[in-house]
Amino acid sequence: MYVYRPHDQQLLNERVAQFRDQTRRYLDGQLSNDEFLPLRLQNGLYIQRYAPMLRVSVPYGMLSSTQLRALAKVARQWDKGYCHVSTRQNIQYNWPALEDVPDILAALANVEMHAIQTSGNCIRNVTTDEFAGINGKEIEDPRPWCEIIRQWATFNPEFAYLPRKFKIAVNAVPDEDPALIGVHDIGVQVLQRDGETGFRVLAGGGLGRTPMTGEVIGEFVPWPHLLAYLEAILRVYNKYGNRDNKYKARIKILVKALGAEKFRALTEAEFAELKDGPMTLTAEEVDAMRSHFSAPAYDAIDDQPAALQEALASDKAFNRWYHTNVSRHRQAGYAAVTLTLKKTGRAPGDITDEELEAVADLADQFSFGEARTTHQQNMVLGDVRQDQLFTLWQRLDALGFATPNLKLLTDLVACPGGDFCSLANAKSLPIAEDIQRHFEDMDYLHDLGPIDVNISGCMNACGHHHIGHIGILGVDKKGREYYQITLGGRGDKVSRIGEKLGPSFDTEQVVPIIARLIDLYVEQRQPGEQFIDTYERLGIEPFKERAYATDH
Amino acid sequence: MPQIIKDGVVVDDTWVRLSNEQIDQDGIPEGGDIIVPLSVWQAQKDALLKRDGAVGVCLAPGEEPAAIAADLDQLPLVAVDFPAFKDGRGYSYARELRTRFGYKGELRAVGDVLRDQLFYMHRVGFNAFAVRADRDIHDALNGLKDFSVTYQGDANDPRPIYRR
Repeated sequence: MYVYRPHDQQLLNERVAQFRDQTRRYLDGQLSNDEFLPLRLQNGLYIQRYAPMLRVSVPYGMLSSTQLRALAKVARQWDKGYCHVSTRQNIQYNWPALEDVPDILAALANVEMHAIQTSGNCIRNVTTDEFAGINGKEIEDPRPWCEIIRQWATFNPEFAYLPRKFKIAVNAVPDEDPALIGVHDIGVQVLQRDGETGFRVLAGGGLGRTPMTGEVIGEFVPWPHLLAYLEAILRVYNKYGNRDNKYKARIKILVKALGAEKFRALTEAEFAELKDGPMTLTAEEVDAMRSHFSAPAYDAIDDQPAALQEALASDKAFNRWYHTNVSRHRQAGYAAVTLTLKKTGRAPGDITDEELEAVADLADQFSFGEARTTHQQNMVLGDVRQDQLFTLWQRLDALGFATPNLKLLTDLVACPGGDFCSLANAKSLPIAEDIQRHFEDMDYLHDLGPIDVNISGCMNACGHHHIGHIGILGVDKKGREYYQITLGGRGDKVSRIGEKLGPSFDTEQVVPIIARLIDLYVEQRQPGEQFIDTYERLGIEPFKERAYATDH
Repeated sequence: MPQIIKDGVVVDDTWVRLSNEQIDQDGIPEGGDIIVPLSVWQAQKDALLKRDGAVGVCLAPGEEPAAIAADLDQLPLVAVDFPAFKDGRGYSYARELRTRFGYKGELRAVGDVLRDQLFYMHRVGFNAFAVRADRDIHDALNGLKDFSVTYQGDANDPRPIYRR
């Protein structure tokens, strides 16, 4: 993973000093609430229902075991002993005291971590496929490009006060969208043409109040011009994005209003001036970035070793877990393991200090000291020898991280919702828990197959409800919590926005309605069809009829 | 006399910035260095240039530098107004003035100009800052020194870190 050079560390130390002084001036009354607001937001600090929430950046989801231990220490020393993996691969603390935040940032800076631009109207953490660098299907490792973008975006002086937040994701897998680039403000698709790397650049995707998928703006941007192209798009957005209405301020609204063609013309005009200028990337720089992400010292071993095959044959529970939570690896003899952070009764994505330390130990022992966070609020040990999977599984099982439900209905994604978030219209965690309790039979879950359920407590869509096969959105009607269901969203092979089922439901109706939808799928599915396939074949009508049937 | 930060030091401000309302009410003063809104400049360019005293133009959000690109040789000062510091359009305007149009004169940030934005403002090309009147301008000066490290090129040094 990326290892800081002295100047990176220097910058971080200066940031801590800057924020410490800003916090001091705020507490002294020298900075007003309004003036401090964007400063603290650009440091990941929200004021929430009960306490500030601090969002720590995990660039494209990569964590070292040292960083995991530091996160554990922060959870223990300054929070209530746990933290939360967000849907953009970041780590959130729900209970820090404002006065402590400078010290927390100093502790994080010691392990090359920070909260820079994790919130606010600026360029946010760059995200990618959680299997980046180990996914056999990818064209090349997207992480060097993520890091190049991260550095360009970090304290970029021109783009710190954008009309609205700005999220960039990079994907290097052809014909799939594991990084959800279709629903990002900018999506960067790594391509190769005649042996040269380039990028298809999408702009104007996004979830939130007006969900839509991005338009292709740059068909093929040769690699030396990546940053110039991004800068061109950002400048167009910074100049012309709506600043009067925060609900119309995302770039998607601008792209839609201008039309892709006009937006492209404006971008190309800016790009024409920047192209071949000083921003042009050099081969040396790209090589240096790539060297940070070179493959670890893999052993020369074969796939499907005898130890694995024996364990698969003899242990049914291990076998089931292997088939859900273990992913293929580009390196022979290795596999990627997903730890599902979806214990029933606990907020999806929550992890305690002791668990973080346990994951750190497992990363050291089994996966070259590295772990990853995923946008589905899980964690990954990316480089595990196949002949050690059984041992690892036993350890994970003891920790409660071996629930074999990856991508199944109970592996649901949810924002912190009304229990914590002051923006939320409704709670999301109790809904998540009700669903997990209702569908706890593991045989049934496995029979149902992959189903993405995403829950957001408000329009801001932190739970990505629009791209869940089943999406659940909390809404407020005259002070009461209701839930609107969408179907057919996708964030797997493609990014697609789901369709509203109909009028929203009472809290206690949500689980029975979902059970009806699932029943319909089970009745109607053809061999080999997943929920989403059946939905796409049948369309929404039969689901609508079933959900709103009065005689059921 | 009011003070501004210019080229890293606090100096007396010899310019008077006039709003549309002031000009409507009192007309344009015969002497002294004045900063006028873009619309006034566009309507009365010749008369303004014949006055006794220098003239600069102030761009408001939505008024792009291209509107004065042909006039830059005649303008010793361009001001960019930040009615609210959260409106970041002026950062792109400054960058364009310096980098695209090669403007070499005084580029001044006016309006809601505060210490915690100065570092970025300086990087996009502002060399003068009319810090909001209710704030300590000497304290604001510290904002120019927040960081010693930068990743990107900027209006002062176009080279990003990988080309330095």
